[in-house]
Amino acid sequence: MSALVRIGAEPGAVTRVVILSVVGVVFALPILALIEFTFRAGLTGEHTLEHWTGLFSEDAARTYRGLFQAIGNSLVLAAVTVVIVLVILLPTMILVHLRFPRLRRVLEFICIVPITVPAIVLVVGLAPVYSVVVKVLGGSTWTLAFAYGITVLPYAYRAIQANLDAVDLLTLSEAARSLSAGWVRVLLHVLLPNLRRGVLAASFISVAVVLGEFTIASILNRRNLQTALLQVSQSDPWVAAIFALLALLLAFILLLSIGRLGRDRKTS
Amino acid sequence: MTGATVELVGVTKSFGQHQALGGIDLTIAPGEFIALLGPSGCGKTTALRALSGLERIDTGRIVIDGDDVAEVPTNRRDIGMVFQSYSLFPHLTAIENVEFGLRMRQVEKTERRLRAAEALDMVGLDKHAQRFAHQLSGGQQQRVALARALVTRPRVLLLDEPLSALDAKVRVSLRDQIRRIQTDLGITTLFVTHDQEEALAVADRVAVMREGRIEQIGTPEQLYVTPSTPFVADFVGLSNRVPAQLADGRVSVGGAVVDQLGERMPDGPVTALVRPEDIAFDAAGVPAVVVASSFLGSLRRTQVRLDDGLLLAVQHDVSDRHETGDPVFVRLKGAAVSVTPR
Repeated sequence: MSALVRIGAEPGAVTRVVILSVVGVVFALPILALIEFTFRAGLTGEHTLEHWTGLFSEDAARTYRGLFQAIGNSLVLAAVTVVIVLVILLPTMILVHLRFPRLRRVLEFICIVPITVPAIVLVVGLAPVYSVVVKVLGGSTWTLAFAYGITVLPYAYRAIQANLDAVDLLTLSEAARSLSAGWVRVLLHVLLPNLRRGVLAASFISVAVVLGEFTIASILNRRNLQTALLQVSQSDPWVAAIFALLALLLAFILLLSIGRLGRDRKTS
Repeated sequence: MTGATVELVGVTKSFGQHQALGGIDLTIAPGEFIALLGPSGCGKTTALRALSGLERIDTGRIVIDGDDVAEVPTNRRDIGMVFQSYSLFPHLTAIENVEFGLRMRQVEKTERRLRAAEALDMVGLDKHAQRFAHQLSGGQQQRVALARALVTRPRVLLLDEPLSALDAKVRVSLRDQIRRIQTDLGITTLFVTHDQEEALAVADRVAVMREGRIEQIGTPEQLYVTPSTPFVADFVGLSNRVPAQLADGRVSVGGAVVDQLGERMPDGPVTALVRPEDIAFDAAGVPAVVVASSFLGSLRRTQVRLDDGLLLAVQHDVSDRHETGDPVFVRLKGAAVSVTPR
């Protein structure tokens, strides 16, 4: 061998193309199969647009009312979950970062724990809590957002922490305070603009996680997009596949938006 | 812009068991430029942060123009501050950065744009107004930070090692610019640095700090020529440590007898702190051998070894050249020296 391969070396162009192609195929194949399935006409092997056009028919609104309602529920859940992340997690992380850096490891541990707990275990633990929640706030689907606020913690934490690590927030906040800014103004005019990318990433990842959640909603008997899709798929698997595709498309759009909206003015 | 009178009275501050400030007393006259000089961990930055309000003090008073501001939050102290690390807001352009303090003070948009432009012009960066921080060099960023700190016309300007991240040439140029602007505006300024050359070059008075206390405060000349403690003599400027004998306030060192600087000490063996410029090459001196010689631009510093192995630095005219290994003779010129117990 004329040259040794260095560990950690950047892969060559060909290697990169091969890796990206393999990964691309792994991701694309099921999606392409799903798309193809939505055009199938039963088991005949023929293809049709009927399943797609059927969604826009007059009967569709009535037939799939439950599904549309579930989509509405999921969007409300996503919004409330994002609010919980922004109102509770973000200020806590900023506070720990600026004033109590020694608590960072503790906060990190707390935020990462949910990823190690299976959803079914989480639900068993949450069931008695929700019996109280129902008494206090009623049985509306949006109350699931409290549970989702916990499940999205690891993802939201990572997204925000990466941004916190990249910016010297302590010096920026001290500079702003020396320039007559109170804490609210420091937060609005200095911290949030410099944490925009992390906040958007945390929000969109939270939305993506909420739109894909099934276990908690199903076991706590709430109706969201995923539970409704399962129900619809019993009678009409094509429509379930179409809505699954649309949910996936929405998640893609959200992820692409992170890059677009998160792009700084200084780099645009 | 007129400067304020600043007083730190018996200021103490501890971090856990570590006492960072052990009772600081410092008075800064209106328009005066004071440098806090000292080694790392001596408390100079803590003192500046206490004055800014970024650090709460344990005891003592911080008085600006007669008002005790110890309990006043940073944003209401009317100070301007330049930090060691680049602190420009990355999401704003240079002019927006400079405008920030005016925005926080609700200054009307047209006026603040005008004042920000003037401030940028003052630091020579009017052509870079629309650039973001990452499009500016380190020196330019610190100049924008200076303009940002001054545009609100604060009562006190605080500079926390603003030059330490810059390369040597930019450092000297910005140092001079800071001093010129400070003199023009007459703003009371506290400048923290660990670089003695920087402190001596720009400050009206320098306060040398050690272990949370001010060891000596005086003009650069006073600190250099008449240091009141061996620490100051050792820390400010370069000193040769030479074994000597002290008797009745006179120091016998290297064959010469000179006066002792500072507080009287008991007679006996001591270590004399002799400045390199207080030693001369002279055929009437003691024999030595040249070990090394450094060209320092306008002068030369040569290291020699005496017969007893003691190494001495001698500062002399640049035209007086000695090669390594040359036999020479050195003697003390007779200037008074500081001493420390041996």
